[in-house]
Amino acid sequence: MNAHPTAPDAPVLEISGLTIQFGGLRAVSGFAERLEGNELVGLIGPNGAGKTTVFNLVSGFYQPSGGTIRINGVDTKGLKPHKVTALGVARTFQNIRLWNEMTVLDNIRVARHGRLGYGFLHAVARSRTYRAREAEIEREAMELLAVFQLDRHAHDLPKNLSYGTQRKLEIARALAGKPKLLLLDEPAAGLNSADIQELIRLVRWIHASFDVTIWMIEHHMDVMMELCQRIKVIDFGETIADGTPDEIRNHPAVISAYLGDDQI
Amino acid sequence: MQRYSVPFLLAIAGALLVYGAKAEWLSLYVVSVLMFMGVNVILATSLNLVNGYMGEFSCGHAGFMCVGAYTASILGVLLFSGHKAFGEAWLGPELAVWGFPVLVIAGGIAAALTGLAVAVPSYRTRGDYLAIITLAANYIILSVIENLDIIGGSRGFMGMKKIVNGMEETLELPWMPLWVFVFTVLSVWLLRRYLSSTYGKGVMAICQNEVAAEIMSVNTDRIKTVTFMLSSGLAGVGGALFAFILGYVNPGSFNILKSTEVLVMVYLGGMGSLSGSVLAAILFTLLLEGFRFVIPWLNDLLHQLSLVPESYEVSQVWKWVLIPLLLIVIMQFRPEGIMGNRELGDLFPKLKRFYRFK
Repeated sequence: MNAHPTAPDAPVLEISGLTIQFGGLRAVSGFAERLEGNELVGLIGPNGAGKTTVFNLVSGFYQPSGGTIRINGVDTKGLKPHKVTALGVARTFQNIRLWNEMTVLDNIRVARHGRLGYGFLHAVARSRTYRAREAEIEREAMELLAVFQLDRHAHDLPKNLSYGTQRKLEIARALAGKPKLLLLDEPAAGLNSADIQELIRLVRWIHASFDVTIWMIEHHMDVMMELCQRIKVIDFGETIADGTPDEIRNHPAVISAYLGDDQI
Repeated sequence: MQRYSVPFLLAIAGALLVYGAKAEWLSLYVVSVLMFMGVNVILATSLNLVNGYMGEFSCGHAGFMCVGAYTASILGVLLFSGHKAFGEAWLGPELAVWGFPVLVIAGGIAAALTGLAVAVPSYRTRGDYLAIITLAANYIILSVIENLDIIGGSRGFMGMKKIVNGMEETLELPWMPLWVFVFTVLSVWLLRRYLSSTYGKGVMAICQNEVAAEIMSVNTDRIKTVTFMLSSGLAGVGGALFAFILGYVNPGSFNILKSTEVLVMVYLGGMGSLSGSVLAAILFTLLLEGFRFVIPWLNDLLHQLSLVPESYEVSQVWKWVLIPLLLIVIMQFRPEGIMGNRELGDLFPKLKRFYRFK
């Protein structure tokens, strides 16, 4: 059974002419991207370039002023975030957003909310459907925690875990809904260099073992150069470069965007 | 044993209550205090669902209680006892025994539908603004009833005693304590089941990080609606029972003071703790009744020590000075309430081996 509604052969994500305006400010303008199955692609740009805005648009937090976003061939126009998630998108946040007063296991369980398969009446009547579904959700959540080696923390509260472990948990939670597209918003932010090496291994392992397309924003260039097959660079909402890590490294527009092109 | 201990204990408690009331070794006064305790448990736990678990601030709980009380009362009088404005009873008092739970549930449903109207603005509003909306809802409900002359307006509505008497004539049992007990247990149980399901944990997810909840596929609007309706519906059930215990309702009993009383119980017990709310409701009821005896005693004492003038009497009004004072002291020294956000089983992990309550 396929969990998400898909059009056959459609790319996982197809964005064209994406524009959003906040008052007089064009935060993103004419952005286009096309991600195929199981790609690992990067999005970089200086501070305030509009990277997170693109992610907020894709995950349904903002409605674009223009352009279209298609996820697995379905236009997301007017969909609320939880409906977009149901199309197979999951994401993490720059600042970790876990549910800190809920156990690690419950964090994973609630992430299955979109595909519970029962509603209020089943929950309070403890129906057969409810019991079967809850047992399955719990089993799958424990399996997921086990592959992330988080199972020994299953009954701990996230706020008591180390920062690196919280990051890992947030990524695991994003994968709980079996997404086709995973958006990682600065996963290395706030990590020390040892944790960053572990993060690189983690992302590579997720890419290899989950059938998921990964699109990530990151300021640590070494992380991006090492992981991404392709990188797009934006500045002031406009795309300025697109290519392999090696091409991006030496691209004049990228260098000037990051370092400035004023004559000294 | 783990599985049956709670139902077993509840069955014994229920049987003792009913037998005690019937055999009259529990006085009418004690029975009525126990019944108000039950109503308070329903009110406090249901408000905790919104204020504690969902992290919204609703302060119009008495309004929903009022809707439940009036709906059940009017429907009851209409069906089972007759009224000068509505004419003869449609069914007659002998059927009240069977109809009573239906009346209470109808009160709950009416209150839940009213809750739906408050849930909608809650999609966009949070914090202080939602508090104002619920407060306004409380006032609107009271004003509507005060201006409906057909149901007595601000003078109130009566005729429910006849229904309760009718039930007792049909089958001689202390029906009111029995039903209050049943609905109290059902309400807490319903809340517990809701909150321990993955579905209901969406409520806590909204409270702890709404953005994450939305992104992780929680339909936040729907969960808020369901939660509000459940909370206000149970307040309606509490209100319906309240009306039939007194045998008389008037809008004045459901004003903002009553809402505050429920808020006090929730904060006293601890936000996000059902066992805390149950405990606080019991304590608060006892406290309120306790002052009935403490204040005359205090009056005598103060007069004997000549600390107050001979002509002055320390009256029951002082209760409303002493209770808030006590609360201020509690909030100073234990701001998280009696239980914090923990349940009984979290405080005494060993207890978990002996019971299961889900």
